[in-house]
Amino acid sequence: MLASYPEGRKRSAVVPMLIYAQDETGAVTPELIDEVAKRCEVAPLQVDEVVGYYSMLHRKPQGKYHVQVCTNISCMLVGGTELYEHAKNKLGIGHKQVTSDGQFSLEEVECMGACSWAPAVEINYDFHHHVTPEKLDQLIEAVRKR
Amino acid sequence: MPTKLYNEPSPLETRVLSKRFGLENSHTLDVYLANDGFKAFLKAHEMTPAQIIDEVKASALRGRGGAGFPTGMKWSFVPRTSPKPKYIVINADESEPGTCKDRLLMEYDPYQMIEGILIAALAMDSHKGYLYIRGEYRYLLDHMDRVIAEAYSRGYLGKNIAGTGFEFDLVAHSGAGAYECGEETALLDSLEGKRGIPRMKPPFPAVAGAWASPTLLNNVETFSSIPVIIRDGGPAFAALGTPKNGGTRLVCISGHVNKPGVYELPLGFPMLKAIYEVAGGIPGGKKLKAVVPGGSSCPLLRADECDIPMDYDTLAKVGSMLGSGGMVVLDETTDMVKFALRIMRFYAHESCGWCIPCREGTTWLKKILQRFDDGGGRHDDVALLGELSKNMLGRTFCALGDAAAMPTISIVDKFAADFEKRLTVLV
Repeated sequence: MLASYPEGRKRSAVVPMLIYAQDETGAVTPELIDEVAKRCEVAPLQVDEVVGYYSMLHRKPQGKYHVQVCTNISCMLVGGTELYEHAKNKLGIGHKQVTSDGQFSLEEVECMGACSWAPAVEINYDFHHHVTPEKLDQLIEAVRKR
Repeated sequence: MPTKLYNEPSPLETRVLSKRFGLENSHTLDVYLANDGFKAFLKAHEMTPAQIIDEVKASALRGRGGAGFPTGMKWSFVPRTSPKPKYIVINADESEPGTCKDRLLMEYDPYQMIEGILIAALAMDSHKGYLYIRGEYRYLLDHMDRVIAEAYSRGYLGKNIAGTGFEFDLVAHSGAGAYECGEETALLDSLEGKRGIPRMKPPFPAVAGAWASPTLLNNVETFSSIPVIIRDGGPAFAALGTPKNGGTRLVCISGHVNKPGVYELPLGFPMLKAIYEVAGGIPGGKKLKAVVPGGSSCPLLRADECDIPMDYDTLAKVGSMLGSGGMVVLDETTDMVKFALRIMRFYAHESCGWCIPCREGTTWLKKILQRFDDGGGRHDDVALLGELSKNMLGRTFCALGDAAAMPTISIVDKFAADFEKRLTVLV
């Protein structure tokens, strides 16, 4: 990955390296920040400030299945807000919370680019379109059984 | 990825960029080559850079990311000779609420975009490009990684592209969740491994962009429009649209319509026809209340303002924008206070915090709208919302401040009755 960027510009790998690493480790830990800083040849603080900026980078572990419900305008108009309320009740958790068994976390997210197939949910990196409360229940039950 | 994102072709559409959508394995090189693929690149290779740029100018193509700047002119700003390497950066950070078109172009016809990038590279004499994809589109990033690997193995990226001796490397780069990074200079900071904060302009990216080198930045759809322009000629593309508004574009229709979807329509297509014929009208026969013409940043149009052709100049004339092609349709039942609040919650969340009018303005507007929605609205809040928004206009480094202010101003002006109806405390 570092070789993809011009010479002396290893810092450019910071954001993708953090997100790929987070996929493996579950969260951005101080050790991970130090490791990314070392590989990209920047100060740990320069990595740390990046972590604080991007909404997909997080310092605490999320659930094994991170359920992201969009409530932005296109989704909101066709039931996204109600779907998010349903998800809260179904999982018994709120925004950016994790279930006690660590299986699920929930996030009310901004537009994820699925406006014409709203309301949309992303579970980890998988998009689900035209999601109804019943369909969301099925999706949650399906991953629970995995 | 079970959902098929493209529609069955409709006679109302003009399928130019989307003509290969629906072909089996349309994302592969073989299908692309069998359907006009890389003819334009080979043609461009025989042209001079100035001829390529002139063809793009003649096409009247305007940037499909949102600003609508003439593409040919943008290309001409990149210096022909430079002691530094020149870069091409593709903005695939599609995140303007209401917009979901670049997904299709990358998923179903990635080689069309790659060919467009390579033609730009010929015109700029650039040999390296970065495709900046929003983090939420991880499946597309993985998809593009596979496509790029195929292109290298088949000689359509790397050294000696299509046997021409031309060399170009393309790297897919992941964002990590930040609307602000769709702004071109913030995107460049993000690409350099920093927080995505907009830069002061000038210098413009054409002169000092990625790593302070000359950089051409365009949207996925803009690059995807290039092959047909070179293959069939700029004037032919221009003729599809209206004067100064060349070609077709992918219009993402969402909200209260029977057939939401991404449709390819020529510039100048009538807005009401798009709503009532292309997208099948409003469910339940309800009346139209308002339209967001091109993504959440655009001032809303009242139903009586929608009898217009959709081109950049007409939209500007009615005080809005064609934006990124994200058209959101609102029926008569829509609560405009809730709608304005949702838009402002988004901008308050996404403001990068660099410019105070935007950081503070979006937060206070959100608080006032929230209070209004909670039933604590005051009579003078309507004027306060307008005044606060107008104070943000033009006072920030990038357009996010304006993007938050403009829809709010339009909603407060045009739908004041919705706010008054919600007043519980008369002060």
